[in-house]
Amino acid sequence: MFPFIFEWVWDMSHIVFMGGLWYALTIIGLGMTYCLIKAIADTAGIGSGGHHHHDDHH
Amino acid sequence: MDSALIPEGVKRCSPAKFLIFLGVVGAVLLWGVFAMLLCWIKGLNQTNMNDYYGFALWIWADLAVIALGGGAFFTGFLRYIIGKDELKNIINYAVLIGFICYSSALLILAIDIGQPLRGWFIFWHANVHSMLTEVAFCLSCYFGVLTIEYLPLILENRQLDRVPFFHNLSHNMHEIMAVFAATGAFLSFFHQGSLGGVSGVLFGRPFGYREGVFIWPWTFFLFTWSAAACGPCFTILITKITEKVTQKKLVKDNVIELLAKISGWMLATYIIAKILDTWYWASVTAPSKGFWLLDFYSNNPFYGPWILVLEVIICGVLPALILITESGRKSKTALLLAVILAVIGVSLNRWVMVLQVMAVPVMPFDSWYMYFPSWQEIATTVLPVAYGVILIGLSHRYLPIFPQEKELNPID
Repeated sequence: MFPFIFEWVWDMSHIVFMGGLWYALTIIGLGMTYCLIKAIADTAGIGSGGHHHHDDHH
Repeated sequence: MDSALIPEGVKRCSPAKFLIFLGVVGAVLLWGVFAMLLCWIKGLNQTNMNDYYGFALWIWADLAVIALGGGAFFTGFLRYIIGKDELKNIINYAVLIGFICYSSALLILAIDIGQPLRGWFIFWHANVHSMLTEVAFCLSCYFGVLTIEYLPLILENRQLDRVPFFHNLSHNMHEIMAVFAATGAFLSFFHQGSLGGVSGVLFGRPFGYREGVFIWPWTFFLFTWSAAACGPCFTILITKITEKVTQKKLVKDNVIELLAKISGWMLATYIIAKILDTWYWASVTAPSKGFWLLDFYSNNPFYGPWILVLEVIICGVLPALILITESGRKSKTALLLAVILAVIGVSLNRWVMVLQVMAVPVMPFDSWYMYFPSWQEIATTVLPVAYGVILIGLSHRYLPIFPQEKELNPID
């Protein structure tokens, strides 16, 4: 999973396989980080955020 | 008692009735938990698995719930990527059903590995040449995506929504849901496929073995295709059951019919591909290994030739024909029959590709070996069903799962 684990080899299999995993985890992680930071900013009244309505959330 | 938690403008049963429902299903859940603890404490000797059946009821249940949970990724793909806006009225329920299916799959795997304390080895010491490692990665990541998709629904509970931070977080998650849905579709494509790839690469098991493209056997594509076709059928089926139990219409017919139509065409194209795959395997692949079609079927109770007819014709061709015709979709009985058959069909396909692969004799001294699960295996397989029923009950009661419910069931 990580290059510092003893069985890691820098070959194409590891790069493609682990590249796919870390690519997906990065998108999920960055997406949630954005949502959390923006929610904190909106709640604190920073920027143009504030109260939203749920009319078209589904 | 709990009226402050129930969404505004909808009617729910009395707390007493709801508690009785939770108590009855909870008893079944506890039976499953007891069996699960037996498996964890005493080990896999509690099962009827053996050297023939390293994969058994649990792996079938895993593959089946993952295929049936495919409604979440495919409906999300249609709603957020293709832009089928009407599906916003059923996407919440598809996400909830997907969340239940995938959490159930992970729970079953946690029991099946026998030594759950070492479950993290599959990530830490990953075998990058294994289809199952890819499945473990995508399954876990996609469960994370489903949790992210389910979380805003929880935050929209009437009381939680009053907290400004939760309200803003839910809003922000909705705003970028297309990113999560696209990631979910990417992950689902690969893990649904890799589950099919597992049997397709077993060159020592000629019943499952298939040729294919590059590293992917044809079963890789057939599994993804069938999950995208039958997952939405399961979403429709559970919606219909929920409407029956609650005695309320929850989703408009045009939404159901749109999803049914797309499922129907997916199922029709899938079943054509499945028939071609079966024909090529029976006439070219298997004979090249020294087998012919009827070597893989026997007169035993489980694996006669009838199982092929049932899977492909009755639970494949028939529901596809019903769903692609407008009159079939508009008839309530025909629609229900079609989605039930499609759900049975995909579950049967997974059964065959897990259990029959193991049962077929491959050595001259082998014979057909039958397997029947122990009560502990059955109880731990029923456990996720009870858990799913409870989660659906709680979500329906306290969360705004169905956006059209108020309009369809006005309170005087």
